[in-house]
Amino acid sequence: MKTANHRYPGESKFKGWLYLLPAFLIYFFFTFIPILETFRSSFYDWNGFSAERTFIGIQNYVDLFSDPLFLKAISNNLVFIIFYSIIPILIGLFLSAILTGTDLPGFSFFRTVFFLPQVISMVVVGVLWRWMFNPVSGPINQVLSLVGLDSWRQAWLGSFEFALPAVGSIGSWVQYGFCMVLFLAGIQRIPTEQYEAAELDGANALNRFIYITVPGLRAEIGVAMITTMISALRVFDLIYATTKGGPGETTLVTGFLIYRSAILNNRIGYGATIATVLTVIILLLSFLIRRFMGNSEEAST
Amino acid sequence: MNPRWKKLIPRYIILIIFMLIVLLPIWGMLNSAFKSDSQIVSSPFGLPESWTFENFQKAWTVGKFNVFFKNSVIVTTAVVVSSVFLSILSGYAFGQLPMPAKGILFAIMLIGYMVPFEAVIIPLYNWMNAIGLRNTYWALILPQVGLSVSFGTLWMSSFFETAPKELIDAATIDGCDRWQILWQILFPLAQPSVTTLIVLIFMWTWNEFLLSLVMVQTEAMRTLPVGLAFFQGKYTSDLSLMAAGAIIVALPTVIIYIIFQRYFIKGMLGGAIKG
Repeated sequence: MKTANHRYPGESKFKGWLYLLPAFLIYFFFTFIPILETFRSSFYDWNGFSAERTFIGIQNYVDLFSDPLFLKAISNNLVFIIFYSIIPILIGLFLSAILTGTDLPGFSFFRTVFFLPQVISMVVVGVLWRWMFNPVSGPINQVLSLVGLDSWRQAWLGSFEFALPAVGSIGSWVQYGFCMVLFLAGIQRIPTEQYEAAELDGANALNRFIYITVPGLRAEIGVAMITTMISALRVFDLIYATTKGGPGETTLVTGFLIYRSAILNNRIGYGATIATVLTVIILLLSFLIRRFMGNSEEAST
Repeated sequence: MNPRWKKLIPRYIILIIFMLIVLLPIWGMLNSAFKSDSQIVSSPFGLPESWTFENFQKAWTVGKFNVFFKNSVIVTTAVVVSSVFLSILSGYAFGQLPMPAKGILFAIMLIGYMVPFEAVIIPLYNWMNAIGLRNTYWALILPQVGLSVSFGTLWMSSFFETAPKELIDAATIDGCDRWQILWQILFPLAQPSVTTLIVLIFMWTWNEFLLSLVMVQTEAMRTLPVGLAFFQGKYTSDLSLMAAGAIIVALPTVIIYIIFQRYFIKGMLGGAIKG
């Protein structure tokens, strides 16, 4: 929005509105107003169909922060950040570190494969990994038996101990290729002279990585963090397709709790409160990361 | 050995290991769809002993994937075509045209790009319920157009802002009006941006789950991802049938991805996440 676009002689200054109007109207009624309505609903107690809705001020918010289910869901989302964000970024950095400075023939093929999980529906990913984790016939347990680790076999997704890390690692599987491709694209922008100079000064590969590659990738790391952390906070499809929050509440996440409260249990106000809190967390987080990491738009080319 | 290869081979090995981690589960599922259940268990990653298309047939007809597929095609086509068209117009407005309150309007659009679907789903559910639009295509199309034009407007306006001024001026002198400049001069230049936008909105809409889950009650209106989720609940133990269903859902996105991967990767790397 940097330029004030000039008008032609005789042109209405409202001309832009004409072009904006159709998109804006649909957006306004089906996205913008619902956002405000969600916020407003969070101050009411309402079951969704009765005529009366009771204004209860911030009671929903008070209840929320003493609700063990919500606290459980939020802490699970934090665990998901480790799996969706931190582990993939570390794997991505590791892979791009070993590939820095080499021209790999056939790399575009690898890139295609690494990005593949990004385009597949998360329900399909869920179906796929339910098969992988199947306690009886799943390949993971079969491989464990094959290498003599029978005692390690688990009912992965049905286990109180392992369900959360098992679902989380599906997230790592989806995200690490994306992080790697992102970082490798960023490395192209770092001038090779920097590496050559550092090598002459006797810096080893690890030092070159820490002092040249990582700072050079600030913008890309920022994009990766925003993208993957938001996925971790919003995770819903994958949970629905694998564990539905179970066993017990071990894999319950905020997105699933919104669905359960508002849609399944008709607690509209309470569900809206959770949705509001989740939205605020996501907005704050992307704002903070953008601030710390600099302008992420730079990474786009 | 050539010193260059000596350097490359260890890197290839690490790369291949991480690639296999991505590929093996997909490969396994792909094969499973053509196998009998007993063979899936005995050799999960091996090729089928005898190829059968029975699972696809069964998923397509008995599992109603033909219906889900039709619904997904209708919803996705409607959302992609209208969102992309409207985003070109609104992006042009922000990038090139005079208009009062531009800053505020832009900020309002930006909010939609940043908030998650969860922020809008509850009121949409109530309203669609109240006016009887649940179980209709409208309930699936309109909210997704709303969210998509929010991203699309930002995406297209950043293209139009940088459009070559000399070309526009030259066309103005030749007597083109704003509408002609958009479609005759700028639209051909916008092909890469528009293609990326089409591919991104296609992927998001095809894979969208929460909205369809909430808005649709009847089996006849389900889209593919929701259909697959319910299918999974019904046929949990039939591995090869599940695999066939999953492939029907994933195949269109994988094909589009392979054809347009340059555009898709560019969009994703630009931080294009659906909020």
